[in-house]
Amino acid sequence: MTLTMGGAHRPGATRQSGAADTSGAAARAVDVWKVYGSGEAEVAALRGVSVGLERGRYTAIMGPSGSGKSTLMHCLAGLDSVTRGEVYVGDTLITGLGDRGLTDLRRDKVGFIFQQFNLLPTLTAEENILLPLSIAGRKPDRQWYDTVIDTVGLRDRLRHRPTQLSGGQQQRVACARALVSRPDVIFADEPTGNLDSRSGAEVLGFLRNSVRQFGQTIVMVTHDANAASYADRVIFLADGQIVDELREPTAEAVLDTMKNLDTMAAVA
Amino acid sequence: MLRATFKSLLSRKLRLLLSGLAVVLAVMFVSGAFILSDTLGRTFDSLFTNAYDYTDIQVQAKPKVDGGGDGGAVPANIQSTVVGKVAAVPGVAKATGTVAAEGARVVGRNGKVVGGAGGAPRFGINWTGEDQLISLREGRGPQASGEVALNAGLAKIGNFKVGEQVGVLTLEPKKTFTVVGIFGYAGGRDSIGGEQTVAFTEPVAQQLMLGATGVYNVIDVKVADKRDLTKVRDALRAEVGPSYQVDTGADLAKKQSDQIKKALSFVTYILLGFAAVALLVGVFLILNTFSIIVAQRTQELALLRAMGASRRQMIGSVLLEASLIGVVSWLVGLGLGVGIGSGGAFALAKLTGIDDVAGVGVPPAAWIVSFVVGVGVTILAALLPAFQASRVPPVAAMRQAGTADRPLTKLTAAGGVLAAGGGGALAFGLSGKAHDNTIWWVVGGVFVTFIAVALLTPLLGRPVVSVLGRLFAWSVAGKLGRRNSARNPRRTAITAAAMMISIALVTGISTIFTSVSSSVSKIVDQQVQADLIISGQQTSAIPPAIDPVALARVRALSTVDAVAGQAYGAAMIGGKSQFVAAFDDQAAAARILKLKPKIGRVDRLGAGEMVVDEATAKGRGWTIGDQVTIQLPRGEPRQLRVVGTYPSGPGAGGILLSWPDATAGFRTSTAVQAYVKLRPGAVTTAAKGEVDRILADSPEVNVATREEWLGNQTQIFDIVLTIVQVLLGVAMLIAVLGIVNTLVLSVLERTRELGMLRAIGLRRGQVMRMVTVESVVISLFGSLLGIAVGAGLGAAVVRALKDKGITELSLPWGLMVGYVVAGAFVGVVAAIIPAIRAARLDVLKAIAYE
Repeated sequence: MTLTMGGAHRPGATRQSGAADTSGAAARAVDVWKVYGSGEAEVAALRGVSVGLERGRYTAIMGPSGSGKSTLMHCLAGLDSVTRGEVYVGDTLITGLGDRGLTDLRRDKVGFIFQQFNLLPTLTAEENILLPLSIAGRKPDRQWYDTVIDTVGLRDRLRHRPTQLSGGQQQRVACARALVSRPDVIFADEPTGNLDSRSGAEVLGFLRNSVRQFGQTIVMVTHDANAASYADRVIFLADGQIVDELREPTAEAVLDTMKNLDTMAAVA
Repeated sequence: MLRATFKSLLSRKLRLLLSGLAVVLAVMFVSGAFILSDTLGRTFDSLFTNAYDYTDIQVQAKPKVDGGGDGGAVPANIQSTVVGKVAAVPGVAKATGTVAAEGARVVGRNGKVVGGAGGAPRFGINWTGEDQLISLREGRGPQASGEVALNAGLAKIGNFKVGEQVGVLTLEPKKTFTVVGIFGYAGGRDSIGGEQTVAFTEPVAQQLMLGATGVYNVIDVKVADKRDLTKVRDALRAEVGPSYQVDTGADLAKKQSDQIKKALSFVTYILLGFAAVALLVGVFLILNTFSIIVAQRTQELALLRAMGASRRQMIGSVLLEASLIGVVSWLVGLGLGVGIGSGGAFALAKLTGIDDVAGVGVPPAAWIVSFVVGVGVTILAALLPAFQASRVPPVAAMRQAGTADRPLTKLTAAGGVLAAGGGGALAFGLSGKAHDNTIWWVVGGVFVTFIAVALLTPLLGRPVVSVLGRLFAWSVAGKLGRRNSARNPRRTAITAAAMMISIALVTGISTIFTSVSSSVSKIVDQQVQADLIISGQQTSAIPPAIDPVALARVRALSTVDAVAGQAYGAAMIGGKSQFVAAFDDQAAAARILKLKPKIGRVDRLGAGEMVVDEATAKGRGWTIGDQVTIQLPRGEPRQLRVVGTYPSGPGAGGILLSWPDATAGFRTSTAVQAYVKLRPGAVTTAAKGEVDRILADSPEVNVATREEWLGNQTQIFDIVLTIVQVLLGVAMLIAVLGIVNTLVLSVLERTRELGMLRAIGLRRGQVMRMVTVESVVISLFGSLLGIAVGAGLGAAVVRALKDKGITELSLPWGLMVGYVVAGAFVGVVAAIIPAIRAARLDVLKAIAYE
């Protein structure tokens, strides 16, 4: 996996090329292919993607729509199966696991944050936060729980139902839900897609904090350059392949790279 | 608009299928009931038309006592002189005096009365030789008093051969005869409608079937010219006078057929009852389905409105959908109705011993009523949802599809008002201020309260569901399921209401019958002091008789203290039919049945005397010393003097005659039931064995211990209860459909939630458990509410019947527990399909689901 894309060096952005060292990664994909349909109607959403997501880092996956960024995330999270290649979460090879195995993996090692918040309306904020733990039948670590609640700033909203919370608050509940079980990796799918910019910034700041403060590993799919700029590392996907990567990105750098990708696509 | 309707119909196949099924069931039962009675009717019409094909006119004496429901009319005898008078009427070619009475029971090889089709008559006739109808198959007709001929049907069932000895029970105890011939009927029939016939010589037939020689009960008349049939009939009527019945063969065929049809009409009523329950529950199901559809389609409907569809068009669209479902369900139901109607008719006919059942036909009533039921009710149930649809504002098209639950204020207010009204009516009825109208106030109150509870179900649902759900809250899946069931109180309530209604209905009926049953057995238990009871199974028009010789031997047993043999029959008093009884030992009866005099004496009765219970005395206006004219089935009217009264009670009641009067006037002069009191220290089972041996030659009667007999007294209630349980089965079937319906929708609505839960680690099994808990909570809620409402309202009715002797209130605890279990079971069954659907959900698609 080498990057062939050209691009001007920008201050504050470090470019790294060459094979990523994927050992010890929180999750990694090895030559992953995802093909839909067969024969004439065959469409490859991922074509030989290999990537390692480092522990304790905040990684953003970006790319134009149809680039396969969501598919990659779904495969890494054990929500979708791959056609070829291998996916590891921690040291566990998840390719070939059955529904039960994948479910348990998601339960114990993975956290999710969705664009649509996806809270249960019948449960209070607190119950929603503790839901993954109750599903797994685990007792919450009180101290950690308190830390999470204080970090997301929801202490006075715990008894509220989702319908009584604003969008930003709901997404913070969702973040807390993902954090509270201390998963190996949290996958966030366009977490700010349904939020106004202020609430979005809050959530993004919060996610970055949890990486910095608690060493949480987060992988976020987004098409918002500003959102991606909160990450430690941005991986760019186009046409089912990883085409570029930025470390410590700024929003401008991300935007430029995206523009380049578009130009490339137009030329191709 | 039409196209949009069709499209939306097609896209909701499963749900529509489910609600359609309720209509299908109702239509099936309704049309089945009509088709059954129509088919049976035509079957019996043709049967009796055949049987009376060769009968021109029959003259019969009108019974002295009309049955009035107490065991049928006892045929009156015709003196032989009347035969001559009839023969002399112009146009009459031939008049033959015949004996043809029901009640000749042949004893089979096993010592029991020969079985056969239920309810088929057992005739005893005089042999008048072969004719157009009757022809010998084997042997000859009876010539000596010890000889009989049997019809081929009877010979086949009992496997009797010519030359064999058979025992026959008639008005007299068992007598033995030699079979000398076997005969059949025109058209090669062995039997007409399963009937069994024994042909005696004339004097024997007269003595055994009519109780006297030289008399007949039917004069068979052949007319010289068939065209004069009605003219001759009218001339005969004029000649013999009003105390005789003169009918043509056609008249008789119709009368007999009508009688049987009436006797079998209970089957029709049961089917109609099932239809009513299916409908009642079905209305909720349809209402629910359409409410759901409308709620789900809010955006779509709003869009249509925004594009300019009028309110009327919206209503029309929903109603059109309803009528399409109605019509399809009606046709399917009608098809099934033809199946159960003709199948049921066939089974019943077989049971009655008829082989040639009339062809299947759908009478106009079946078409019309089932159409009204199927299509009408569907449309009616869809009306409310249709108005809901029309109220969707166009702006809803722009909003999120969240279907917020409407407040329950109006519903609760309406329910509250009705509950107050119903409760008030109940209270007034039970306070005793309504006097004779008590039962109407109570029944009215019950009905109104029932509706009130149905309306209040959503309100009740919240607390009850939350408490019930705690039972399942030990796992995450259970907790989630519980929350889900409390989520949409209106929908949960409507779904549970179907369950509630069916279970309330059966619990109520069961409560009433259990109470009646235990009241009866308590009273009888208190009153009847006998240790053994000898009684029989009535198999023909003649009641089962205890051979007096056998009874005397029972009396003579060293272990027996006293025996009271009882005979009963119908009598005419003051133009009204009345049940009367008599004991062969009045003193023993007074002791064993605890008859205590209120006025006068009740422990001694001589000829010409009678005693009566207080209520009857009050009703008839009799006092001690009054002379009462009583017409018994046999003989002339008698003048009897009232010598005593005793307290009324449902155990023993009514008028008691002296034994001499009874034996002279009743159809049989023997006891039909006997109460045996044993000496202190006697072993009941040993005594029972002894009595059993003595009764070996009385095949129709059995001896039972007091406990066994008490059990038999309440058997009829058990049968009713069984039918009620079947009714419940039908209702539950529909309730299941309702729950499935609601759950499928819930799963659909919560696709994204389910996806999230699966994504964060909920296993498939847990998903299934979650849906199942929701289902079980709903159905348990319905069952418990139903049991509470049913038991409460049933108890109210029982309380109102206190004056009628129903003093005991006993709740059917066993059944009620059974209903809760059944409710839970229904919940589990209903959850199967929705749970599988939920578990199979593709997580990725579910998350992306909008």
